[in-house]
Amino acid sequence: MTDTTRNVLLYALIGLTGLLAPSLAPAFRIQMALLWMMILFALTWDLGGGQMGYNSFGNVLFFGIGCYAPAVVQRELFFAVEGQPQATGDLATISPAFNYFNGFALGLTLAVIIAVAVAAGLGSGILGLRGQYFAICTLGVGVAAGEIASGWDYIGAGSGMVAPIFPGHPSQAALFFYYLFFVLAVICFFTLKRLYASRFGLAINAIRDDEDKAEAMGVHTTRYKAIAWCVSAFFLALAGGAFGHLNNFIDREVAFPGITFGVWMVLMAILGGKGTLWGPVIGATIFHVTQELFWTYLLGWQRVALGVLIVVIVVFFPLGIMGWLREQWPEKFGETVDLEARAAPVSLGEGR
Amino acid sequence: MLFFLLMVDNLSLLFNAPILSAQLLVDGILIGAIFALVAYGMALVWGVMDIINIAQGEFVMLGGYVTFFLAAAGVHPLYTVPAAAAALYILGWALYRTVVFRVVDKDMFISILATFGISIVLQQLANELFEADVRTAESGLGSLFFADGLIVVSQIKVVAFICALVLGATLFLFLKHSRLGRAIRATAQNARAARIMGVNTDRVFATTFALNAAICGAAGSLVVMTWLVHPYLGLAYTLRAFMIVTVAGLGNMASVILASLGLGAAENFAGFVLGTEYQAAFVFSLLVAILVWRNALLSRQRKYLK
Amino acid sequence: MTPILEVQGVTKAFGGVIANDNISLTVPKGSIVGLMGPNGSGKTTLFNSIVGYHPVDRGSITFEGREISRLRVPEIARLGLLRTFQQTRIYGMMSCLENMQISVPDTRDGLRTMFSKVPPAVTQQAEGLLEFVGLYAKRHLRAGELSFGQRKLLELAMALMHEPKLLLLDEPTAGINPVLINSLIDRLKRINADLGVTLFVIEHNIRVIMKLAEHVYCLTHGQLLADGPPDEIQTDQRVIDAYLGA
Repeated sequence: MTDTTRNVLLYALIGLTGLLAPSLAPAFRIQMALLWMMILFALTWDLGGGQMGYNSFGNVLFFGIGCYAPAVVQRELFFAVEGQPQATGDLATISPAFNYFNGFALGLTLAVIIAVAVAAGLGSGILGLRGQYFAICTLGVGVAAGEIASGWDYIGAGSGMVAPIFPGHPSQAALFFYYLFFVLAVICFFTLKRLYASRFGLAINAIRDDEDKAEAMGVHTTRYKAIAWCVSAFFLALAGGAFGHLNNFIDREVAFPGITFGVWMVLMAILGGKGTLWGPVIGATIFHVTQELFWTYLLGWQRVALGVLIVVIVVFFPLGIMGWLREQWPEKFGETVDLEARAAPVSLGEGR
Repeated sequence: MLFFLLMVDNLSLLFNAPILSAQLLVDGILIGAIFALVAYGMALVWGVMDIINIAQGEFVMLGGYVTFFLAAAGVHPLYTVPAAAAALYILGWALYRTVVFRVVDKDMFISILATFGISIVLQQLANELFEADVRTAESGLGSLFFADGLIVVSQIKVVAFICALVLGATLFLFLKHSRLGRAIRATAQNARAARIMGVNTDRVFATTFALNAAICGAAGSLVVMTWLVHPYLGLAYTLRAFMIVTVAGLGNMASVILASLGLGAAENFAGFVLGTEYQAAFVFSLLVAILVWRNALLSRQRKYLK
Repeated sequence: MTPILEVQGVTKAFGGVIANDNISLTVPKGSIVGLMGPNGSGKTTLFNSIVGYHPVDRGSITFEGREISRLRVPEIARLGLLRTFQQTRIYGMMSCLENMQISVPDTRDGLRTMFSKVPPAVTQQAEGLLEFVGLYAKRHLRAGELSFGQRKLLELAMALMHEPKLLLLDEPTAGINPVLINSLIDRLKRINADLGVTLFVIEHNIRVIMKLAEHVYCLTHGQLLADGPPDEIQTDQRVIDAYLGA
């Protein structure tokens, strides 16, 4: 079996499982939807942290923008919210379902535009920071965003705001959001796979390994860093939008969950193996499944356990699963020496 | 829009009543001394062990709880400062012996994440054990009045300010003159050379980390007397300390104090002008702004923050 | 011969220490020029000034007639002026081949080239150059696994991948197995003759520089002490004194 056929089979298997899962286990649709969201989280974090070496604690910023933007659009255009005047105009009189999906689509578009613009604007400043300064600066960014959201009346300040209820039976809602997250995660995966196979992938890896060297070799480091950050923002904003509508209620805790999602994305990517394509997927799956299975027994002590888990993984297993496998069997990852081989000599003396 | 009108309003109020500015300034400077303690501890650990301790603020928070519980048991809060320091010294030592020593020579991000994990554990433990309520310890001291009662300074803030300065000075002298202090400074300059010269760097690291925890514990004890404590207090202190160290540099006591007092004052003014609900947002945004600004300055010389 | 690089009156101080004092020199197009001097004489500082690593205090640096002293590192690199590092720098977690592939010049980096896969022609060129420095067999290994000498060779090959017009080499033979030095000198000469790359080389090893360079500049204490053909420099009493610390 060649590598290509094996890959196709693997993708087909995962894809089919993903497609059929909600029918096979309808009771777990929401949990499975969140699994795809976790995979997306880990993948987008790894784009910056694993592949480019810019370890961010502030990616929840884009998630939060994604949460709020569609809800605001829905409120402004279509749906009355208690204490807020009902939107007027022709659009509001059409059926709720029509309104819901149009508002949602419009909101997601807006979320993406804002998140990417913020990523580009903010990135031009903070992507110039290196190493620990970048990490701690993004930590500040994430918390500051939450603090601003909890003071800003337009988006409900401390009391939060509601997204409209899904027009249909709750099980349909679950199905809709399941497939939404599934499609998002799949698109995200293949986008990143394609990006990593291109010059972009090489460039961000070079930035991770030695940014000064990359600059000395004339690589447009600033440009690549900004693009990577914007790609993360793009997918996180979409995920945020979907999560906000799935959750119906949005406040600072939901939109800027630094201590949960914000930390989880880092942890999942490291657990699976940062800097690899499959590591984040594996890490997110293991983390989410164990969390769903066991964490309910911890009764409020989950977050303590999360902290312990971070310490244990970081201290004892920093390479992650994929990194460990690669360390054990480097030849399976293509790290081979063939002493016999000779390349065609390069055309020296063409007088370039 | 309304927000900006309000801001302008507050600003003009400050201009029309300079005495109000004086009050904000005094309050800010008094809390600044406590920031300086936390920042000096962070600079110590950073300089000696090359670790940025994210759990810094959690040490402050726990120090606060030690004082709170002892005060609740009837001890006068001022007498509990040494107890808080001692308790945190032990905790710091234990954390070093279990976790931190494993990440000392690792990549900076590993140690940031590890101490971040520790900070989450401490914060959530406090949340589970002490509950999320806001607590304070009453000192029973009154207030001082200046300028016909227009400036009110509670005595405990002054006491805390003096305590902070005394603690800082003691630490400074300890590092300068004691044998262990010299070993710590030698390790900060060059850990390998110190090891070759017979310094037990592992012990130095343990002491440094524990000492830092103790300083933070004492600071936390002062915080709970003058303001309040709750489980989620930590991160703000960590990031303030980081900001101060970034501005002041490692190992420069005078500029650490100056930056801390400045931050304390700036924060108080911002809280007044923007409204207290944005005070925390201001602190975190200021961190981002300062880092970007420092880096932009350096980038003119084609360098970056290292 | 037309100069490819002209340094005029460059001064660079760090605090009170003057690392380069009013240095002027010329590198003719197509030549191999050497830069020698005892430790701490300011050779690497001069290299850093030329490639834009830090701003100079005074003086001008022109590359192909264009003033570059105000440009930054990546901009200068994209003009075709490249340097290798004394403490060799490669991308440790990437394979040798990937190290080569990313070293293709970034000059025309529009969105399309940024997101396109590495063209087969580039890979072929990379493999050829790896063969040229004797690392082809190890092309799939992580660069971080190579020995110090091999890393140096890889770094050299990466620089060639960029097709520079002028290449600044900071001690190319330091840390290389003495047995291999002659073949390295031979390769450097081929790079110069066949690929038309002008070389400006910092070198401690006097024998190497005598064999390699056509013209040598000698620095001491941040000042230009002497320059001339290698055999002249070799016998110059001032240079000998500087090296012996007299």
